[in-house]
Amino acid sequence: MSLLTFLIPIALGMGAAGLAAFFWAMRNDQFEDLDGAANRILIDEEDEV
Amino acid sequence: MNVLALDATPVVPELQDTRFTVPGIRCAGCIAKIERGLAELDGIESARVNFSAKRVAIRHETRLNEETLGKALRELGFEAQPVLENPLARDDGETRMLLRALAVAGFGMMNIMLLSVSVWSGAGGTTREMFHWLSALIALPTIAYAGRPFFSSALMALRYRRTNMDVPISIGVILATALSVHETIVGAEHAYFDSAVMLLFFLLAGRALDATMRGRTRAGIGALLSSMGRSASVIRPDGATERVAADRLRPGMMMLVAAGEALAADGEVEHGKGAIDNAMLTGESTPEPIAPGSPVHAGAINLFDPLHVRVTAVAGDTAIAEIARLMDEAGQSRSRYVRIADRAARLYAPAVHSLAALAFAGWMLTGAGWHQSLVIAIAVLIITCPCALGLAVPAAQVVASGALIRRGLLVKDGSALERLAEVDIALFDKTGTLTLGSPQPDLSALDDDARAVALGLAQNSCHPFSRGLVDSLRDSGIKPEPIDHVREEGGKGLTGLWNGTEVALERPDGQSAVMAAQLRIGGRCWTLPFSAPLRQDAREALDRLAALGIESRILSGDRSDAVGAVARELGLFARAAASPQDKLAELDRLKQQGHFPLMVGDGLNDGPALAAAHASIAPGTASDVSQQAADAVFIGERLVPVALAVQVARRTMQIVRQNFVLAIGYNALAVPLALLGLVTPMIAAIAMSMSSIIVVGNSLRLARAAR
Repeated sequence: MSLLTFLIPIALGMGAAGLAAFFWAMRNDQFEDLDGAANRILIDEEDEV
Repeated sequence: MNVLALDATPVVPELQDTRFTVPGIRCAGCIAKIERGLAELDGIESARVNFSAKRVAIRHETRLNEETLGKALRELGFEAQPVLENPLARDDGETRMLLRALAVAGFGMMNIMLLSVSVWSGAGGTTREMFHWLSALIALPTIAYAGRPFFSSALMALRYRRTNMDVPISIGVILATALSVHETIVGAEHAYFDSAVMLLFFLLAGRALDATMRGRTRAGIGALLSSMGRSASVIRPDGATERVAADRLRPGMMMLVAAGEALAADGEVEHGKGAIDNAMLTGESTPEPIAPGSPVHAGAINLFDPLHVRVTAVAGDTAIAEIARLMDEAGQSRSRYVRIADRAARLYAPAVHSLAALAFAGWMLTGAGWHQSLVIAIAVLIITCPCALGLAVPAAQVVASGALIRRGLLVKDGSALERLAEVDIALFDKTGTLTLGSPQPDLSALDDDARAVALGLAQNSCHPFSRGLVDSLRDSGIKPEPIDHVREEGGKGLTGLWNGTEVALERPDGQSAVMAAQLRIGGRCWTLPFSAPLRQDAREALDRLAALGIESRILSGDRSDAVGAVARELGLFARAAASPQDKLAELDRLKQQGHFPLMVGDGLNDGPALAAAHASIAPGTASDVSQQAADAVFIGERLVPVALAVQVARRTMQIVRQNFVLAIGYNALAVPLALLGLVTPMIAAIAMSMSSIIVVGNSLRLARAAR
């Protein structure tokens, strides 16, 4: 029982952290251009030099 | 995509942002080319491409204007149009709101489940009570936040004395929550918080899918729309010019119309001559010559030298506005279409409510007491609540539209797929729909040097022939030769100097050929015959439609000899020289005969017909108005996506019906248990998730439907 007083807040806290991260990502337009992000990995950085 | 637009201006006043829509962005190479190419230019601080929306946001010094930037993009090889405002942002907000609600519901559901599983596996006494209280603590705010889309829509429906899917959902969720709070307070064995939140989670998943699908296609279509003819350069009495938005033009003003620009208002040519491209307005494929005194209409594109046009009619009085008015009226009938989910809800909601009421009454009659009767009635409501039903339609439609996007067809929303499935006769416009929009040259006579010169010349002009030439030469990988002193003379052609030799792309002598141009390099001449070819797979598309039992016809605004040739080649019944009103009348006649017509067209003159037809498809080269009126837009040179659209839409409706049977059937299995008072929150949770998973799994079969 005393364990639960630690475990449950920890579980809730981790879930809430995930939720907060998602909200942050939404607000910062991380989901604006999913296809673009998939394509950008193909761009050769060395070209820029 | 508009981050840059928001945070730049106030901090560094000499920088500003301009956004362009660039439909030609297709691969990672394009992103790199645009971003690096622009960033190298003087005065441009940075450029950021949004690949999904096919947009570029450029942060630059204020001394650069839209035209310079547009030219820079064209020099990189991309057609670009400045984006004036973002009318689509509002709908973006809806998707974001749903995604947030979904995330909150998911968070709530997982944590409550964690607690519920402990209760189901035997936690008792104070532990169970504490877990129920904790669940309540998580569930109440979650439901208050994540349930808003349903509650507000249900309220709206009730206010108009109607019922939709959201009414039983809201009643179910609110009753289940209220009951659980009561059970928690009295310390009873079962609380239904998990069911209520899980219900919201699955339903929100359906809604979010639906919204994402609309958002995805809207981004695609928005990228194709240009800002054509929404503003004009006006010459003020003192001789200076200024940009005036179309709705602030007044009769009597003098517009300066540059080559390639679309007219923003009706008017009369005061000064200058040449030709205009009226294809969008009338469907006529040949440019129309004009001289001082000629009347010109909004939407027409000036092909040659700058024109001075005196405005005669604006906004509400233009020929375009007349077409817009016709479209508005024609679109009315479509907005009355009832989507299948709502039709199902109309049948399902009363059944669910009466079943729950019957359970309550039945148990009261057996003398079970109001508390037990209410618990059973609510259990019935939860079990029959259309959880999988809410997923049945959007899941299938999202998978189907994804499959169609990969084949080059953007379907605007689910209702469009439902209507496409019902069509039984197809009407095609000719120019730009059955045929390719721009005339294609026969280049077989030219060698590589001549091709490069032709491209170098043609890319300076907006004439349909030049554009056709540029398109087909670019496709074959020819690089343009630099040409100096290029001059374009309306009605004659282009001349210039290539390495000191005089070169020209002009109207052939003798005027014998109807559609031809002549390329001259020094003393050598080539004649380039042009034709407006049928789309390569037009035959195949029509055959596929016929195989689906759909008769095809031509309904065109072009001259009858031009239409007749195409009709004979394809063996179709055709009607030529039809005005927008004629097209509407033809559709009405078909509808009255009990047909469900599909309209496929691209011009402004097709707009009303596209809005009036039971379902409609426009090519990606169509006018803005037509793309907005159409249910779906196909991109590229192939016509087969039109037939695919109907085929996939029908398959989707099959899957949707199967989903209904599965969803309702699965819940129906649990109903007797609920009626007998044997349903525990665990059984409700299992029934709900199993039926949802089965429905989603069944819908995924559509991913291969567009093969």
